[in-house]
Amino acid sequence: MRRLPRVRPELLGLAVIGGIVVLGVPTVTNQFVTFEFAKVAIFAIALMGLNLLTGYSGQISLGNGAFMAVGGYTTAILVQRTGIPYWTTIPVAALVAGGFGFVIGIPALRLTGVYLALATFALALSVPPVLNHYDTFTGGHGGIVMPAVLPPFSLDLSQEQWLYYMDSGIALLLFVFAWGVVRSRTGRAFMAIRDSETAATASGISLAYYKTLAFGLSAAYAGVAGSLLAIATSYLNPDTFGLSLSLALLVGVVIGGLGLDFGAVFGSLFVVWLPYYAEKASGLHIGALSFAGKPDIFYGALLIVILFFAPNGAAGLLQRAWRWYLHRRTAVRSPLPEPVAER
Amino acid sequence: MLAFIQQIVSGIATGGIYASLALGLVLIYRAMDVANFAQGEMATFSTFISYSLIEYAHFDFWSAFVVTILVSFGLGVAIERLLIRRFEGAPVLTLLIVTLGLFTIFNGVTGLIWGYVFKAYRGAFPSTPVQFGGLYLNTQDLGVFAVVLVMLLLLYLFFSRTKAGLAMRAASLYPDSSRLLGVRVGWMLALGWGLASTVGAVSGMLVAPIIFLDPNMMQAILLFAFAAAVLGGIESPLGAVIGGVAVGIVMALVGTYIPGGQDLRLAFGLVVIVVVLLVRPAGLFGRAAVKRV
Amino acid sequence: MALLELNDVVAGYGPTTVLHGVSLSVDEGGIVALLGANGAGKTTTLRAISSTVRRTGRVVFDGHDISSHAPENVARLGIAHVPEGRGTLGQLTVWENLQMGAYIRRGGVAKADYDRVCEYFAWIPERRRQVAATLSGGEQQMLAIARALMMRPRMLLLDEPSLGLAPLIVQEIFKIVRAINEQDKVTVLVVEQNASIALQASAHAYVLEVGRVVVSGTSVELQKDEAVRRSYLGY
Repeated sequence: MRRLPRVRPELLGLAVIGGIVVLGVPTVTNQFVTFEFAKVAIFAIALMGLNLLTGYSGQISLGNGAFMAVGGYTTAILVQRTGIPYWTTIPVAALVAGGFGFVIGIPALRLTGVYLALATFALALSVPPVLNHYDTFTGGHGGIVMPAVLPPFSLDLSQEQWLYYMDSGIALLLFVFAWGVVRSRTGRAFMAIRDSETAATASGISLAYYKTLAFGLSAAYAGVAGSLLAIATSYLNPDTFGLSLSLALLVGVVIGGLGLDFGAVFGSLFVVWLPYYAEKASGLHIGALSFAGKPDIFYGALLIVILFFAPNGAAGLLQRAWRWYLHRRTAVRSPLPEPVAER
Repeated sequence: MLAFIQQIVSGIATGGIYASLALGLVLIYRAMDVANFAQGEMATFSTFISYSLIEYAHFDFWSAFVVTILVSFGLGVAIERLLIRRFEGAPVLTLLIVTLGLFTIFNGVTGLIWGYVFKAYRGAFPSTPVQFGGLYLNTQDLGVFAVVLVMLLLLYLFFSRTKAGLAMRAASLYPDSSRLLGVRVGWMLALGWGLASTVGAVSGMLVAPIIFLDPNMMQAILLFAFAAAVLGGIESPLGAVIGGVAVGIVMALVGTYIPGGQDLRLAFGLVVIVVVLLVRPAGLFGRAAVKRV
Repeated sequence: MALLELNDVVAGYGPTTVLHGVSLSVDEGGIVALLGANGAGKTTTLRAISSTVRRTGRVVFDGHDISSHAPENVARLGIAHVPEGRGTLGQLTVWENLQMGAYIRRGGVAKADYDRVCEYFAWIPERRRQVAATLSGGEQQMLAIARALMMRPRMLLLDEPSLGLAPLIVQEIFKIVRAINEQDKVTVLVVEQNASIALQASAHAYVLEVGRVVVSGTSVELQKDEAVRRSYLGY
């Protein structure tokens, strides 16, 4: 019989507190905040997918917004055309987007680094015009309006609260799944490829299989996120899935912490809430210059500052804090000074 | 047939613009292996400086041009010294995101100072159509192309004939060995950013008369410049120019000859580029890197 | 008078300390060998001198305390470090490698320097345009020395010039190193695993073991000392 791994009581405590916070958020906040937190769950899913691809298997993608678009439109078109219940479309969205990602992964096999970044960048940029062009299916610029989602089983919840609980629940499920993938044979293959493709091949890992698989998985996660986003906003149009979405995802995954499990959660909090606060901060005036409506400056500056102080993202910081707590001391430091930098 | 050639000619003309921005991208990539997303926004910022010099300080175009180039060089050096060097040794992805941060900062600051109203920008060359054997050319396009070729020539001479150019190449390829030879590697990187910023400023001042001046003017161009740089093999200035021209021609042809082409221009053009990359993963003029393990 | 002096130098990488207080001195005009087994800290000692490793302690070169100099400033004072792996600028041509060697000299490659280098390495003129990475290992080692000479250094730090080379070529390289030392008055500190050839070429030697100097003396003494040879030099 296998013994269960021992869990430190502190972690258990943190998990309980975390659970209470997650469950309790919508009971103490207003509808707007609840809805934003539903979006946090949705973006966390997309970021988990990107983390599998970029963080664990080492392939840069600037195009995961495109996979979200595929998922979102799958749901919207199905609901609009067939009238089936919205929740049945979520797995379909995952499959369609995943398949699309798998196909994209095949050409991506031959590209690395900047070249892959550019190809996926191109993907992100091409999606809105293509969606606009084939407007018989997609409704073009006008987009698709879906019926608003109501809580099932006549639960006593507002629409936002229901969305929040549903999205958080799905996010939790997918988090557990990603956790498992990372610790499986597949996850080890991903990381081996990330660390050295040559060494991975030499150990008998099939690059073609695992790299396309990573793309497929990542796209399936993005597809679910896109689908949930469409359900939450009950409306989508091509501009929802523009370049800025893909960039936000990449920023989120780096800020959250690449290749760290909880990175997606922190990254998502950042992606959803930072623009909001940057917008607030932009009420400032300096002399005749008004920052109103120009949150970008703060957004960019904050991004750089965070990267500077937490190069491994928020999850990296927490990991360090946790290790410090365990050992009551910082990591082993060199007793010697830094090599002399030039002046 | 004539219409076809006409499309190619105008494709070459727009390609010149892509090429000019792509040159800047290549310079930074060579110096530090990072794609600079802020290249276009920095160019826009510089172009606005020249606009202010012309409109408010009443400089003539060429004096404004020279002053702007100097300011842009300083700006590029300052960014490397004050910001980028703090991320020395960071993963490429981190640097990429730093340049994305710079992108939003520059875009925001430009909008903050100059606003988002489109501005007419009087450039160096008059826009007069000239007919040439049934083909229409524009003096402005010819001027742009000439400037791009001159820039390419100057860069070539700089890298192959000057001590600083050689040291920049050595510093970017072999930073450790170069330091042992007495090269101040950090300053070489700063010089690279300065040069890239300068080249970007020139391309901004070339583009602005054609597409009007506004804080977002370089964004679409940046994409095609990226495509051009990658197509040309990201490390080769000559490749960037040829890549730029190729992208320009492909875009012009797709826009004209493919049904619904205007909408799908972006998508089709990029498909073409991705296909080229699949055939030649290191670009048209890139060397496939041979890595020792 | 000592040209270079190391006083209680501690150096290492990350959390690992490699040198535990090394002191040594190199007199002007001589060839000094630094011997020892793998991992003894020979390379790290050279890197401590050229400031390319974390370190504490005092390093004095020609009366200047260079303990807090950056590598490029150490180079500018006249210390040419030919690093482990030769530091070949592989994608540049032979000529460009030499130009980079002369980087700190005003006016680029001086004709006299170039002629001098060509006397030592007669193959250089006809290979000027060849890309350095395509040279053989021995030629790359010679190019590395030639490049260092272009700096007109007062001192040459050589890290295992024999590594991976055929015995005949090693002989030739050491012959040239001695010529450089005698004719160009360049002081040499050479790190070697091949103790016998290094002791033949040098006047003085230090033996390192696990980051400490365990034996030092004239090369002749060390060659004669059976115990030292057996326990530290392995021949």
